[in-house]
Amino acid sequence: MSEILSAFGHVIDPLCGRFGFFTLFGSGLLSCGDAGWMDEIAFGVWVTASLAVATLPIGLVLGFLIALAKRAEDRYLQLSVNLYTTIFRALPELLTIFIVYYGLQIAIQSLISLLGFDETININAFAAGMAALAVVFSAYCSEVLQSAFQAIPQGQYEAGEALGLGRRKTLILIVLPQLVRIALPGLGNLWMVLLKDTALVSIVGLPDIMRQAGIAARITKEPFLFYGIACLIYLLLSLLSSGVLSRTDKWARKAEER
Amino acid sequence: MYASDLIPPQPAPPPPKKGLTWARVIGVTLLLVWAALFANLIYMVIAGWSEEKVARYGDRYLSGVWVTLSLVGISILAGAVLSVPVAFARMSRNPFVSTLAYLYVYVFRSTPLLAQLFLIYYGVGSFRDEIDAIGLWWFFRDAWNCAFLSFMLNTAAYQAEILRGAIESVPKSQREAADSLGISRRVAFVKIIMPQALIVALRPYGNEVILMIKGSAIVAIVTVYDLMGVTKYAYSKTFDFQAYLWAAIFYLIIVEVIRNILAKLDNRLTRHLKR
Repeated sequence: MSEILSAFGHVIDPLCGRFGFFTLFGSGLLSCGDAGWMDEIAFGVWVTASLAVATLPIGLVLGFLIALAKRAEDRYLQLSVNLYTTIFRALPELLTIFIVYYGLQIAIQSLISLLGFDETININAFAAGMAALAVVFSAYCSEVLQSAFQAIPQGQYEAGEALGLGRRKTLILIVLPQLVRIALPGLGNLWMVLLKDTALVSIVGLPDIMRQAGIAARITKEPFLFYGIACLIYLLLSLLSSGVLSRTDKWARKAEER
Repeated sequence: MYASDLIPPQPAPPPPKKGLTWARVIGVTLLLVWAALFANLIYMVIAGWSEEKVARYGDRYLSGVWVTLSLVGISILAGAVLSVPVAFARMSRNPFVSTLAYLYVYVFRSTPLLAQLFLIYYGVGSFRDEIDAIGLWWFFRDAWNCAFLSFMLNTAAYQAEILRGAIESVPKSQREAADSLGISRRVAFVKIIMPQALIVALRPYGNEVILMIKGSAIVAIVTVYDLMGVTKYAYSKTFDFQAYLWAAIFYLIIVEVIRNILAKLDNRLTRHLKR
């Protein structure tokens, strides 16, 4: 299955696939294959995109749960999630990545030696980056969702109650669809931020666009060319996402049109 | 028929007693997790405390804080100056000028700051001869200057959007009212439009300052010894995880102080809007 997928991916890859841009027009350093660097960079694009896409659902779910907790009446619950958002919105993303990368390593190591095993554990940069970015994303996401929650009038909850829906059903059937519509622009911004923040994970060794471009720059001594290409690729990715986001926004607003 | 006895007034019934709710259970559990985490951190700091390390790295940390604050402060000020023409170009009626400004804003806002920094810091090496010819190599040789340049260009793009949004948020009627009072365009802009626009812009500006402080951590990678830079240095020398904890504490303090000052300022400046 994965072979079929990778073969399929190889054909449709827009940079170095069968009909990819650099397969057709690339030459010298910018070709695909052994002489050029574009196949390495295309792999970096794949890593960046999959990191961002893998982080998104975790961050969204975590952020939604935190937003719910912020709205809960219980003071202890509010306090604990407010601590979370205050801390992770104040720390630089790079520091969060370092703390997760080294901290998790130390934590797991000490846990293992506590259990009596003697092994060295190396944490996968992808997993560490995903965890760190998801934590940062969820902290911001909860703020966006919380303000969206505030935009939904109390009458909507009361109407749900009047219809005999339970609290959970009111949340899922009545509040959530409106929440998505209100929060979508804010969440779109957060997605853009997430996409850019993935570049930071290259510092702990993940072979994403930045790292691949950096390797190419160092070996070929053409830093401006390769970092410029990296910038262009990020630009294209964000153009692509803003296109998708505006489509989604239009779709979500269909209910408002009369 | 009349009611002969009135029911005497009674106090409101006591609120129904809530049992142990899920929210309470989860809240207390999470608080306990936080408490355990903080206790662990405090234990780590106390157990790992050594006068020698404090003497060796304490001053470095303080100078790192200073480098972070001064780099961000200068970049933000320079970016603010640069953002004014960009914002006006963006609002210009000339399609060529406004497209150019839009492109600038779009490019700098949708590529990672890290990529911009690398493009300037490593990338200018490709143009060594040309830069030598115009005599600017001394500027690009220093990592601090490169960081300053990329931060300034980046924050100017964001600030231009903030400024534009704020100016456009002032209703058109304000300008028309100024016109009908015979106030000149320039005076109207300085005394009527800008004060209202800047109030709108205050919060986004504050967010931009905080984002820049957090974003500035990446200069550690290009060998500037800011707070993150000294942290990496201390960690590479001692392999003591505390190095990162102290950086976290410093960043937390900086950001919280700035956030509170800005909130106070916002409160003070908008007091005429509250009733």
